[in-house]
Amino acid sequence: MPVKVMIPSPLRPYAGKRDSAEFSARTVGEALGHLTTEFGELRKHLFTEDGKLRSFVNVYVNDEDIRYLAKENTPTKDGDTISIIPSIAGGIPSIEGGIRT
Amino acid sequence: MAEANALWISGHLAEKIRAHGAETYPYECCGALLGRDSNAVVESDRGKGALTPAREILQLFPLVNRRNDSPRNRFSVTPEDVLAAEKAAREQGLEVVGWYHSHPDHPARPSEYDRDHAWPWYSYIIVSVQNGAPQDTTSWRLNDDRAEFSPEGIEIRHRAAVPASGFGATEK
Repeated sequence: MPVKVMIPSPLRPYAGKRDSAEFSARTVGEALGHLTTEFGELRKHLFTEDGKLRSFVNVYVNDEDIRYLAKENTPTKDGDTISIIPSIAGGIPSIEGGIRT
Repeated sequence: MAEANALWISGHLAEKIRAHGAETYPYECCGALLGRDSNAVVESDRGKGALTPAREILQLFPLVNRRNDSPRNRFSVTPEDVLAAEKAAREQGLEVVGWYHSHPDHPARPSEYDRDHAWPWYSYIIVSVQNGAPQDTTSWRLNDDRAEFSPEGIEIRHRAAVPASGFGATEK
């Protein structure tokens, strides 16, 4: 039984409108690699240009945040569910905002 | 360049967003937009008879700004908050289709920081709050290439409690 990757709503248009995809993978990084190979347009929304996961992209294996495990080297086993959960951030320009008292 | 999109919202909900921005001033407010993509199509404001699908906002899910360190110029929604918003949406047969936040004493235009942190597909409503009073309200969607946002036309579907001019919107 492969690893299941859950795809959040904002990324489904780039993944053939699918809400999940299954891959054989030994680590989170391997599963995300398969995902972005199959759906190339996902890559720029998940990873920075130097290949790091974007800061607002949160990845969980079952219910565990991979930041507190081994990050992308977190091992996976058959039947695991990898969830990509957005966090949302924004705001006004930092310099202007930072100088106000 | 992404095609122009249309966002439908009631005057009541639009006013609630503006009130939230006034309430948290001088800090930024934030919340989730619950709704659905409508099957209806509307005439694109780019003309030429182009039709684009409309998105309806039917509920709000106000959130607490988690950026305690700089709430005047930043907002943050944790993954736990996102999951809570998605759960609330599912319970009403809706989905989270976007997010709103305020720009205290700044225009209702997305910043570079907004763009850097944006997801595609979501609608991002921004309300400008000047000296505690809500001003313009705009909506934006990130383009596929992440290079910039495209404006999304807000349409107030019922008689608004606030002047439509504050939204740059047409009242239906």
